[in-house]
Amino acid sequence: MSFMHFIILLPFIAAIFIPFVYKKWNIHLHTGWFVIIVPLFIFINLLFQIPAISNGDTIFLSMKWIPSLGINFDIYLDGLALMFALIISGIGTLVVLYSIFYMAKEREALHNFYVYLLMFMGAMLGLVSSDNVLVLYTLWELTSVSSFLLIAYWYERKKSRSGALKSMIITVFGGLAMLAGLIMLAMITDTYSIREMIASVNLIIESPLFIPAMVLVLLGAFTKSAQFPFSIWLPDAMEAPTPVSAYLHSATMVKAGLYLLARMTPIFGGSAAWFWLVGGVGIITIFYGSIRAVRQTDLKALLAYSTISQLGLIMSLLGVGSAALYFNIGNAQEVYAVAIFAALFHLFNHSTFKGALFMVVGIIDHETGTRDIRRLGGLLTIMPVTFTIALIGSLSMAGLPPFNGFLSKEMFFTGMLHASEVNIFGLDGWTILFPIIAWIASVFTFIYCMILLLKPFLGKLQPEKLPKDNVHEAPFGMLVPPVILGSLVVLVFFFPNLLAEYILKPALVSVIPTVSTGNEVFEIHAWHGFDSIELWMTIGVIFFGLLLFFSIKKWNIAFRFFPDKLSLNNLYNATIENMEKQSASFTDRYMTGNIRHYLLYIFIFITVIMIGSLISFDAISFNFSSTGEISIYDIGILVVMVAAAMTTLLTKNRITAIVSLGAVGYLMVMLFVIFRAPDLALTQMVVETVTTVLFLLCFYHLPKLGKRLEKMKFKVTNLIISIGVGLTVTIMTLIASGHRLHVPITNFFENAYELAGAKNIVNAILVDFRGFDTMLEISVLLIAGVGVFTLIKLRPKGSENDEA
Amino acid sequence: MEYIILILAGILFATAIYNILQKQLLRIIIGTVLLSHGAHLVILTMGKLKRGNPPILDESVTNYTDPLPQALILTSIVISFGITSLLLVLSYRTAKENNTDNMEEMRGESNE
Repeated sequence: MSFMHFIILLPFIAAIFIPFVYKKWNIHLHTGWFVIIVPLFIFINLLFQIPAISNGDTIFLSMKWIPSLGINFDIYLDGLALMFALIISGIGTLVVLYSIFYMAKEREALHNFYVYLLMFMGAMLGLVSSDNVLVLYTLWELTSVSSFLLIAYWYERKKSRSGALKSMIITVFGGLAMLAGLIMLAMITDTYSIREMIASVNLIIESPLFIPAMVLVLLGAFTKSAQFPFSIWLPDAMEAPTPVSAYLHSATMVKAGLYLLARMTPIFGGSAAWFWLVGGVGIITIFYGSIRAVRQTDLKALLAYSTISQLGLIMSLLGVGSAALYFNIGNAQEVYAVAIFAALFHLFNHSTFKGALFMVVGIIDHETGTRDIRRLGGLLTIMPVTFTIALIGSLSMAGLPPFNGFLSKEMFFTGMLHASEVNIFGLDGWTILFPIIAWIASVFTFIYCMILLLKPFLGKLQPEKLPKDNVHEAPFGMLVPPVILGSLVVLVFFFPNLLAEYILKPALVSVIPTVSTGNEVFEIHAWHGFDSIELWMTIGVIFFGLLLFFSIKKWNIAFRFFPDKLSLNNLYNATIENMEKQSASFTDRYMTGNIRHYLLYIFIFITVIMIGSLISFDAISFNFSSTGEISIYDIGILVVMVAAAMTTLLTKNRITAIVSLGAVGYLMVMLFVIFRAPDLALTQMVVETVTTVLFLLCFYHLPKLGKRLEKMKFKVTNLIISIGVGLTVTIMTLIASGHRLHVPITNFFENAYELAGAKNIVNAILVDFRGFDTMLEISVLLIAGVGVFTLIKLRPKGSENDEA
Repeated sequence: MEYIILILAGILFATAIYNILQKQLLRIIIGTVLLSHGAHLVILTMGKLKRGNPPILDESVTNYTDPLPQALILTSIVISFGITSLLLVLSYRTAKENNTDNMEEMRGESNE
């Protein structure tokens, strides 16, 4: 275990101590002050890695976990991992700081909150730095679990619980699919290490499992990153406390899917399926998310849909950029690598402005008591600082200068325009849809950004509609984290190449290993000149966005044509409900509670399996060579025995049934005599007598057999089944007795006298050679006797018939 | 000889299963007894029904019937006897408590 491992695992270690700290010091000091040390420490340590990583070095550190299975906690820190780790720890620090002022230390169960949060942070850090796919999967699921716990943090609310459940079901479904995909990759390459998988990428491409593995891994990424149609869990996850929404559901966890895609791009990228799946799903998600966001009246729901949309944006860029791997070198590669570069850039930008926006919404919620935009308005003069941050955040999200969103949005358009020129995967005509859909989605993005910015802050303050009176600006501490994020948004706009040089380019090399980052294509410029199409697209977005925003009341009606019933949520709910109903009715159908039905299943199963396997193995062959000859006595005994057995069925009289059963038993005695088994005959006779006596004792207390009123179907079914079982037994035993494979060991037992001093061989076997059987058989009898005694003697208290 | 005994065992199995599929407790127990008879016959037959002497050592005899299946059956007889007696008492108690020996009427409460 190296120092780096310690850094990654630090949140877990800290989580253990949080409850003790909470118990001891929370009355004096908010627990968050202890927690904040952890992400800050990690962040600072990671900052020291930047020089080495940006030089093109990578850090690989191994820690044995289950070495015999090749599962080790190997840390592989390259540009991509470092970028994510910095975002996780950096925003983590700010979110903890924010939560100190957001979560009241008197009312909330803070120890739970911070334990979950640290658990999440550790899982996320480990996820992005792990080189081993199984460790990656483990931590992937741990992020799902901790997200589940955090969404349901206020577990007494029904909505929190259902939101948590929904996110759990969807992300774990994707996680399991991903596990299958990762195992397929491991099977192909015979390693669990991602680096080694990338090294043997040729094996993967030639494998027939290439497409299944890709689809399964993509399922994991799509569900985690809330891509269409798995996006429905994200809006419901907004029931979590706002710091959680800001951290998990905008900046970090939802980007785990993007991380996975970026990580897997060297393996799958360059194929048409990847290009279309990732790019296509991404572009659909941008469109879906931005349109849905416009309709929301809850600020957090609006941000949730905007997150979905922005994630789709990054996803589509990753998809388009993967074409860079198709061209191994040169100009064509760089053209598409720019898309990956834009994806990474926007990923970083989104983390900053979306985190800030969530914190803004949290402040509004915290100070006014509501997040409903129909109630809010006129907060501009009351909360000037909050407004400023909201302005920076939402204009950046809309893609306006002078904020970082502008830069990445321009690059997004560039990427999409390049995508329209893709002519390598045989479907060149369709790619023109990419820039068109992207542009329309950007217009809607602009509209909802305006809603987010203007509705709560402009207009008139309506104090009577707000749950809290005396609305005022948030406390200083609560404003610090969003201010830091907001200033980052502005700083990145003015010094984008600093970020690009130290963070983004090393990350780009991790995704497209063959690219040369020295090229000036990867210089970020705010100004492309009037002749660039991107600029005019942005101007168009602003123009149409403003036009549509001010006429929103007129065209909003159009949404009525998409009724809520057609939503994905309804589909999900109906599916879950149907599945429960179907399985319940299925279980009710075969689990009737009637023992006869279960017996029927068992007997039918036995017959079908036995006969079926005999036929399928072609094993039906009889060998009638017999050792014993048949005498007239034998025939007589057999006939009478069959008759007696039949009588037990046909009689309506209980005593006849019992007596004929006795007759079968005594005829068994006769058979034992004929076949030279004196001990058996003796025992059978005694046992039969006692059994018959018992039957006679019992039947007196049982109701009369009476007339059989069973339906014909009942009888016929029983008849068929019983004949089937009888036949099966006969056929099986006939085949078996005709084919003896080995000489019996009987001759050994003829040494009974020399070895055991007994002349009766059967008795010698029972008490000497195989005495253990006999001992246990005695215990069976003993237990049966105790059982009989108990059944007769012990009665439940207050039983009605106490005559015994 | 063997195949006739095996056919008999098959018939015993069939009658036993038919009895077990009935509704009355007493018939079900009768079925289990018949079933054990059938099983004993199968065990005996699988050891070859050689007409030798009983497996009791004697200087003048060289040809014995197989003693091992006999020992197995002896064990089985005793065990099935124990189970039959327990079943009988159980059915007696069940019929007493529930005032019925009809299996169709003896169902648990539905879970929901």
